[in-house]
Amino acid sequence: MATEPGRQGRLRASLRRLGAVARKEVRQLARDRVTFGMIVGVPLMQILLFGYAINFDVRHLATVVHDQANSSMSREFIAQLSATQVLRVDYTTDSGAEVDRLMREGRASMAVIIPPDFERRLQSDTRPVAQILVDGSQPSLAGVASGLAAIPLVTRHGAGPYSGGKRMTPRRVEIRTLYNPEKRTAVQIVPALIGVILTMTMVVFTAGAIVRERERGNLELLIATPLGRLELMVGKLLPFVAIGLIQTTIILLVGSALFNVPVVGNVLHLYVAALLFIAATLGLGLFVSTLAKTQFQAFQLAFLTLLPSILLSGFMFPFEGMPVAAQWIAELLPLTHFNVILRGIVLRGADLPELWPQLAKLAVFLVLMLSVAVARFKKRLD
Amino acid sequence: MNDTAISARQLTRKFGDKTAVDHVDLDIPAGRIYGFLGPNGSGKSTTLRMLCGMLLPSEGHAEVLGLSIVDDAEAIRRRLGYMPQRFSLWEDLTTDENLRFIADLYGLEGDVAARIAAARATYNLDALRNQRAGTMSGGQKQRLALAAATLHEPELLLLDEPTSAVDPQSRRDFWERLFMLAEDGATILVSTHYMEEAERCHGLAILAEGRLVAEGSPRDLLNAVDADVYEIEGADDSAAPKLLRVLPWVHGVTQLGVRLRVLVDRGAPDAESLMRAELANHGIQAQVARTHASLEDVFVVATRGETRGD
Repeated sequence: MATEPGRQGRLRASLRRLGAVARKEVRQLARDRVTFGMIVGVPLMQILLFGYAINFDVRHLATVVHDQANSSMSREFIAQLSATQVLRVDYTTDSGAEVDRLMREGRASMAVIIPPDFERRLQSDTRPVAQILVDGSQPSLAGVASGLAAIPLVTRHGAGPYSGGKRMTPRRVEIRTLYNPEKRTAVQIVPALIGVILTMTMVVFTAGAIVRERERGNLELLIATPLGRLELMVGKLLPFVAIGLIQTTIILLVGSALFNVPVVGNVLHLYVAALLFIAATLGLGLFVSTLAKTQFQAFQLAFLTLLPSILLSGFMFPFEGMPVAAQWIAELLPLTHFNVILRGIVLRGADLPELWPQLAKLAVFLVLMLSVAVARFKKRLD
Repeated sequence: MNDTAISARQLTRKFGDKTAVDHVDLDIPAGRIYGFLGPNGSGKSTTLRMLCGMLLPSEGHAEVLGLSIVDDAEAIRRRLGYMPQRFSLWEDLTTDENLRFIADLYGLEGDVAARIAAARATYNLDALRNQRAGTMSGGQKQRLALAAATLHEPELLLLDEPTSAVDPQSRRDFWERLFMLAEDGATILVSTHYMEEAERCHGLAILAEGRLVAEGSPRDLLNAVDADVYEIEGADDSAAPKLLRVLPWVHGVTQLGVRLRVLVDRGAPDAESLMRAELANHGIQAQVARTHASLEDVFVVATRGETRGD
């Protein structure tokens, strides 16, 4: 094979063209300050936004406490609740009317009301030991706080930490485990963000990069040269593969430093999976570029693929809870499978071999997209 | 290599129900500068694009350098230089970077840097070697584009309205370079809508609405023009063209400043005196004189069937 000089020469020429395209692309990227800024800026902005602002796990809720028992045990109970960090006691009051007022004015999102017979209820009663009021007008808040509210309620079934115990036993600490650290949003969000950000930037960048050359007339010159379409496509994609890996690194570093989400599993495995996902997304971008006539269309198409990725991939809502039709669509999205891989490696310390079904699906997606894109991209103008 | 660089038979290209190029036959000799003359939309660009294998013909076929434009497009591309109508190099790259990129695409061997330096010298680009193309003037961009199109020393150069965005001096310099390239043996096919450029070509094809309406050397075309040409001076009355057009043997009146240029059926008897009398009847005293045909006249006569009536 390599002994035939003609073939070797052709391969060398082909690689030279491919390298020339990649070098040119990097040079142009480096000169395009906006795009270059986006490479670093988009992941940084996204992770800060998602990490801080979009916080499903509501913390430090303004809380008013109406402690009618006012005993050492009730105070300890409040201290325990505060220790979960879900609520922050901003107000204490002796009047139920005051509680109503604070809730209505929105100054308190939560109220903890401890009945006078708190200790008796704790020890023998089957009635709830305390009442927690939650401001249901804030949707994300209700769900989260209901977890907290469930603590006293479970005593009804005799299974809660406060059932049956003669006194405040060390099991009280279990409040915290109910709110186990695995449920912090950052933990779920940071790994998934790698996929979301890669989807966002990879599709837009590649689709844009090819359509831009068509718009500016460069493509007309390129297709008059010996440059092959595979050389053109791969050459254009290579720099974006590197960019994708850089973005992955940024998210992992920030996630670890700012949000305390270290990678439990093998980082190398993570990068291998990321590489496959990046390639799959770039394939999607290429496909988009063969559909779009202008950069504007390319961006719109890219967003068309982005939205289902964010909504259906299990990033926002759990996959199992979605209607069957939505699950089918989700199955077609590379991000869905990459999310499974990411959570597996980053959070559960899974190995790549254990995640082979997802990897296989990504690979199939990649091959399919590239084939369609290369087939659609003609070295002709018509 | 044979003497014919390009031969096309019944070459046709349709876009939907619009026919951009309509059954064109071409035989373009090697080593010459051959021009496509025609207004915008006459099919010049589409023909050039088909010849470089970028567009497939809807009907007919063509051979470029002895190769089929349909089956051997890749082989043709290696031996051909193409300069699109629009500046198509990368505006965010410098002269050297653009040329280097093109050199890599064509797989230039040997001392690539020396060849780029030679191209820079030939096309007067030394001062611009580190300047980004986006910041260059029309003439500078055009020199860079030609340098890029000729860097791999193609046997055939296709230039699509190369001088449409440059000043007259740059245009003259550009044509000097084209003659130098032709002297070195390259075949050059250039499209234009400037008559004075068309006159400099060795051979010329006049296109109108996708059809080849006249072909030959500029001199032959001028000699064979199927009309007599008169110039009328002093008829700056706006009614004059209308009066002349009514005459059955007049088929074209063009205003050129204070003069009128009138095309008349070849050999129409007493055309000169009849026109003078017609104008005098309406109180216009004008001098009428026979003159030589220009390429513009050739063009008007050749496209008569196509454009009369609009």
